[in-house]
Amino acid sequence: MGEEANTITHNTIYIDGQPVTFEAGQTIMDAAFSAGVYIPHLCHRPGLTPHGSCKLCVVDIGSRGVSFHNSDRRVQTKFSVDIDGRSVSACTTPAVAGQQISNNTPALNEVRKTITQMLFIEGNHICPSCEKSGDCTLQAMAYHLGMLDGHFPQFFPRREVDASHPTVMLDRDRCILCELCVRASREVDGKNVFAIAGRGITAHLIVNSSSGKLVDSDLETNDMAAHICPVGAILIKEHGYEVPIGRRTFDLHQVGEIGLEKVILANGHGKYATPDDETRHARFPVPNPLPQAGEGANESLREFHVNVRHTDE
Amino acid sequence: MEQNATSPSNQGHPSNLRRVAIDPISRVEGHGRITLLLDDENHIHEARFHIVEFRGFEKFIQGRPYWEVPFLVQRLCGICPVSHQLAAAKAVDQLVGVERLTPTAEKLRRLLHFGQTLQSHALHFFHLSSPDLLFGFGSNPAQRNIVGVLDKYPELALKGVKLRKYGQQVIAAIAGKRIHGTATVPGGMNKILSIAERDALLVDIKDILAWSQDALALNEQIHTANPEHRDFATIRSNFLSMVGSGGELEIYHGGLRARSASGATIFDQFDYRGYQQIIREEVRPWSYMKFPFLIELGKEQGWYRVGPLARVNNCNFISTPLAEAARKRFREFGQGGFVHDTLAYHWARMIEALHCAEAIYMLLHDDEITGTDLVADLGEKRREGIGVIEAPRGTLFHHYQIDEEGLITKANLIVSTTGNNQAMNESVRSVANEYLDGHEITEGLLNHLEVAVRAYDPCLSCATHALGKMPLQVELLDADGALLDRLTKGSNGMIERTL
Repeated sequence: MGEEANTITHNTIYIDGQPVTFEAGQTIMDAAFSAGVYIPHLCHRPGLTPHGSCKLCVVDIGSRGVSFHNSDRRVQTKFSVDIDGRSVSACTTPAVAGQQISNNTPALNEVRKTITQMLFIEGNHICPSCEKSGDCTLQAMAYHLGMLDGHFPQFFPRREVDASHPTVMLDRDRCILCELCVRASREVDGKNVFAIAGRGITAHLIVNSSSGKLVDSDLETNDMAAHICPVGAILIKEHGYEVPIGRRTFDLHQVGEIGLEKVILANGHGKYATPDDETRHARFPVPNPLPQAGEGANESLREFHVNVRHTDE
Repeated sequence: MEQNATSPSNQGHPSNLRRVAIDPISRVEGHGRITLLLDDENHIHEARFHIVEFRGFEKFIQGRPYWEVPFLVQRLCGICPVSHQLAAAKAVDQLVGVERLTPTAEKLRRLLHFGQTLQSHALHFFHLSSPDLLFGFGSNPAQRNIVGVLDKYPELALKGVKLRKYGQQVIAAIAGKRIHGTATVPGGMNKILSIAERDALLVDIKDILAWSQDALALNEQIHTANPEHRDFATIRSNFLSMVGSGGELEIYHGGLRARSASGATIFDQFDYRGYQQIIREEVRPWSYMKFPFLIELGKEQGWYRVGPLARVNNCNFISTPLAEAARKRFREFGQGGFVHDTLAYHWARMIEALHCAEAIYMLLHDDEITGTDLVADLGEKRREGIGVIEAPRGTLFHHYQIDEEGLITKANLIVSTTGNNQAMNESVRSVANEYLDGHEITEGLLNHLEVAVRAYDPCLSCATHALGKMPLQVELLDADGALLDRLTKGSNGMIERTL
């Protein structure tokens, strides 16, 4: 940290004027989480390496002139430092003492809504028949931001469905390229099943196997990567619509609840068991336990899993 | 557009026929378009009721996973989505090897479908058809709508609105939403009916029973007191419907029964999974809607009618007492034979609505309805499933094939309206023959054609009937295709001669 930072305010940032303390190394998103302040996001999940791809967590930093110089341009890009009037991703930007951060403002929420609209029109998101409806974070985000239509013309892209795996299905129509599955597979499952290939508008989710099909990959039902998808792109096969309307995640929760990620993951897995309502799945197939952290998983995520399991019980 | 059709009634040379085209100006949801072909004698040679919407569900569900299908295909309709969900769910049960549901699951599905049928029938009669029947077919369109009924007969209209609302409450209690909810899972249901939910439905059920009887009495009275209703759009036809194992009226699960116009049995208790052995669909170039026929009777004679009139005519009895008494009166009206009156669809529909109310009453008093055993053990998976149900408008077929990955490879849907396709053409021809006068298309003709179509199926006419604002264009062409007359009715109800 630059010395100037310490001279201004020790380990405090200001989100919409509210002082928020942070620990060294935390991002703005981390600090906000700890303080119970919601910054909208889709690709972020505590415990996984921040990715900064969905851009919904965009915040404006109008600082007190704190600056931080780094000659390495790549580092600077990844951990962009507060510069006056700059819009940054909260999940990848380190908290720096004294930052004045605009988050929940009409202007930013309008930008977020536009981003969400673009996510919708870029894929094939048919909520009316999607089994993720009511459990989908993208859909919940659209409601949260007051999105009433797609605004832009639909792309109607042609995308592949991969149902080759015996228990997991990949429907790329609904993929928003958040890379949560990529990171979960790499960092938790220790497998590298998924990756994004192509650039720009041709970017798409690929599977690491000789055939490119899920069936030939290392993916297993209990992998976190099979359950972490915030939309309906990766689903457990032959289960759907088992949670009655009124008991789905976003029938019971607001997307802005802090700590909801744990509930979402458990509910995603909660075709078998759910912390929301322990009776609602009693009739359906026997619960599968949530995955244990794999080789190379980081410690905090292992803890996260333990918490989820605990909630289940 | 007009080509040689394979219709049996199109034996004359089209070049010698005049064409009267009734085209909607705008593509309103569920609109129909009618073409009347005249011969040199100015008689209606053929009536073509065109379905110009292309839905494409059979095609675009290919490649989708089978467990998604009930919820995808229910979007076919906003009035009877439950019927589509249940027909698809019955097919999915076969895919996952379930022959028999748990008693609670089956009763919940039945309750759901009784709620569906009650609300749809109430909507059909009160909201869509009662204006025609109460005010007269040719009455002022500004009054001939549900608002007009509310104004003139507030008590009656309110009962209709509440009947529909109750049916929707039943649906919402089971499927989570009044329209497009989710209730079924492979081999069962996703939610119990709680005791509180059941008790909430019990509160109004006695009123519902009473109002269903009132609605039936009104329809019975209208039909029996108006001799002209007997003949209006009336045609003699075969009837197809599902019946229970004892031959009783059955709208959820049973065997297929077809009877000829005179009442002779063509087949009975036929397992619907073999429907392709008895029913084939003919494609005609001028309509997106296929023409099904009974194979045994062939294309020309094999067309049939489905829906309330077919079901009430076809069944031996109705399992609930009030509806059965009404069926007997209906039967007496037919003097022992089938009632073929097209407008008697409404009467039969209200007999069924009463049956639904009675059946809901009984199911709500059945302890198993609040049971918790909702899903049967799944058996050996199969690659093909066929689900059939009696939807409010008639027999509904859902047929799916899947690949080894669980994705749909082939789908065939014979929806209820399709079952009545040829019948609607015949009824339209009958009405046009009677009401087309010379070379002039009158508003009266349009109104009468609408009434005929509406007896069968509100899905095609509900949007166009909305508050009497059916956008419509009528053209009269001579044998050489020259325009003789054109009448345009805008969506504001204004009529213009735009020759």
